[in-house]
Amino acid sequence: MSATFDPRRVMTDQDVKTISRVEELSYELKIRDVMTARVHTVTPQMQIVEVLDLFREKRISGAPVVEGAQMIGLISLEDLIRAMRRGNGHARVSEYMTTDVITVRDFEPVVTGLEVFARTGVGRLPVLDEHGRLAGILTKGDITSGTLRALHEDFQAEEVRRYRASHLFEDIVSDRTSLILRYWIKPRDFQHGGQASSDIKRALLRLGADAQLARRCGIAVYEAEMNLIIHTTNGGIIKVEIEPGQIKMSAVDDGPGIPDVELAQRPGWSTATEEVREMGFGAGMGLKNIERCVDKMTLESTVGAGTRLTMKIHLQPRQGFNGASVSHSERATA
Amino acid sequence: MNVKELVKIVNGSVLNPEVPLTREVKGGCGADLMSDVLAAIQPQAVLLTGLCNPQVVRTATMADVAAIVFVRGKQPTPDMIALADEQQIPLITAPFGMFELCGRLYQAGLPSLETSLMNDATA
Repeated sequence: MSATFDPRRVMTDQDVKTISRVEELSYELKIRDVMTARVHTVTPQMQIVEVLDLFREKRISGAPVVEGAQMIGLISLEDLIRAMRRGNGHARVSEYMTTDVITVRDFEPVVTGLEVFARTGVGRLPVLDEHGRLAGILTKGDITSGTLRALHEDFQAEEVRRYRASHLFEDIVSDRTSLILRYWIKPRDFQHGGQASSDIKRALLRLGADAQLARRCGIAVYEAEMNLIIHTTNGGIIKVEIEPGQIKMSAVDDGPGIPDVELAQRPGWSTATEEVREMGFGAGMGLKNIERCVDKMTLESTVGAGTRLTMKIHLQPRQGFNGASVSHSERATA
Repeated sequence: MNVKELVKIVNGSVLNPEVPLTREVKGGCGADLMSDVLAAIQPQAVLLTGLCNPQVVRTATMADVAAIVFVRGKQPTPDMIALADEQQIPLITAPFGMFELCGRLYQAGLPSLETSLMNDATA
């Protein structure tokens, strides 16, 4: 959590922009997610010495006082000391408990608990459910460990996604298994340019591709995506077909088409407008870059009908999405 | 060096402080043409650029860039910052020109991570 984070402060747009995952969690997590639900309680009729024994045995320093299902007070080690100093060890809990208890509700966000701790300086807060019954107890320690647990779960969720995806080709048996991803690319949509490529790169990494392979595919498909955005009349479709032994990618559009395909592939040749060049593209290096990243590139185009760019990468057994299926697929596709 | 040390050398300020600055920077690459970046840059480089649009962040994602430094104090838009946060790429703005910034980093021992055309021909 950042040092400047103060739950009482009003948040500005600037703050919201730089909000951390931990801060987000303090709003997402409910108090019931982090509180200690198994609470040691005492009754108002119990004697001070009995409570002292309970505290010592359970190693706690405070407990809610409960009558029936209702919480009527809180008794802390300090209250017990106060009673003992007056020699009132056999007095009832009801005489020394605090009745003016600050509580929180279990459905409130963790940040509310943080606010109450900061405002009141108390060490523990009894938690009530929607019917006002005691549901648990909340300490700052509960918030810390609850938040850490949630962060860990975030992390594990990504690990599990990656694990499941990387076993896709192993778990599904067929003579030839492939996974096809399709993306619709809009013309002149510079704002989202690269979104599809970025999604493709992430998908490949989740499927267990190594960093170099994901990078090669990412760069090739990004140049192809930018070409669709820059040059096409109606946009186009990017298709990625992933198999254990190879990756095939294509970018297909319905116009305007390239008059001279050979010229288009010459490094430095470009028909891009000044606007496109200002975006850092249109230097006539795109197709050259793609060629460098893939094992085989084919460009076919007909003016008035459209363009089809296909890219193929062969996977080495060690790069493949898993060792076992590569040989299987190579047999199937050979 | 790591990103934090780099920020000090370029006298820069970090625009998305929530992204960790512990990542190792293995070298540098300076370009305004994103196709040049995609063609030449090696993984884990800092990208110095005078271009300031979302495609810089996209390019950095594709090319496994460790951090982006905008030269001449350029300020990326909120969209770009949000995108960089999502991709966990530190964005830094620095008050010097491209030549000065590359020079400072090179002098501090940061090598070039741009493949030269001589290497390309043999590759």
